[in-house]
Amino acid sequence: MSLQSWIAEPVNWVFLVIGLLVLLCGVRVVTSKNVVHAALYLVGALAGSAGLFLLLSAEFVAWVLVLVYIGAVIVLFLFGIMITRAPTGVDEGLDADKKAWAGLLSLALFVALAWGSISAFADDPVATTGNPTATEILGEGLLGRFVIPFEIVGFVLLAALIGGITVARRDETPLEEEERMSA
Amino acid sequence: MIGNQFLILAAALFSLGVYGLLVRRNIVLILLSVELMLNAVNINLITFESMLNTPEALGQVFAIFVITVAAAEVGIGLAIVLLIFRNRRSANVDELNLMRW
Repeated sequence: MSLQSWIAEPVNWVFLVIGLLVLLCGVRVVTSKNVVHAALYLVGALAGSAGLFLLLSAEFVAWVLVLVYIGAVIVLFLFGIMITRAPTGVDEGLDADKKAWAGLLSLALFVALAWGSISAFADDPVATTGNPTATEILGEGLLGRFVIPFEIVGFVLLAALIGGITVARRDETPLEEEERMSA
Repeated sequence: MIGNQFLILAAALFSLGVYGLLVRRNIVLILLSVELMLNAVNINLITFESMLNTPEALGQVFAIFVITVAAAEVGIGLAIVLLIFRNRRSANVDELNLMRW
C-alpha cells in the first residue's frame, strides 16, 4: 500500500494523532526524572491505547482498560510511590548509568519485531471500523467456551488479593503481642 | 487501516517497556515499564482479533484475561515492594543484592 492511499483515509489521521500521543507518553514513562510524572504519563499512554481499541472496534475492552488501568492500577501505583517515599520531586538517581546498551537492545528488539510483522502481514487490512463488537458476544465467550479460564482468572485475582494483604501486613512485634495479651 | 500500523506501534511500545525495565533503578518504575509491555501485548491481541475477525471475538477475550492478570500482578508486586521497603528502607534495585553472588 502506498503512503498516499494510506494517508487519504481520514481514519488514519486519527490513528496518527493517537499513536503519536501513545509513543510520546511511552517515551516519557521510561525517561521521566520524576516518579509521579512517570505514572501520570502512563495514564496518557493507556488512554491512547483505549482510543486505539475504539478504532479497532473493541469498545468493551477499551472501557475495561480505562476502568481497570486508569481507574485502579494507576491509583495503586501512586499509592505505592507515596508509601515507598520515593522522592516526588526531580530525582537524578532513577536510571542506571549504562543506558546505551539498553537502548541498543530495545532498538534491536523493535527492529526484529517490526521486520517480522511487516514480512508476515504486509498489507493485511483490519476489519472496517464502525461496527462495534457486541458485548453479548464477549459475554457468551467468557461464560461459555472460556468459563473455566474465566473462573481460574477470578481465583488468581482472589489469591493475589489475599496474598497482597498477607505479604504487606505488618507483623506484630513481641512487645505489641504482650500488650495485646495483657489488655 | 492496515494491521501493521498497529502491530508496529505495539512493537515500539514493547521495546520502550524493555528499555525502561533495563534502565530504571526504582522498583515502582520497573513495574510501570512492565505495564507498558503488557499494554503493548493487549494492542497486539486486539489487532489480531480485528484482522482475523473470529466469530467469538477470541482476541478480546484474551485481552480481558491479560488485563485481569496484570491487575493481580500489580497488586502483589506493590505488596512485595512495600515489604522490601519496610525491611530495607529503599526502593532501589541496586541495593537489593541479598540474593546475588
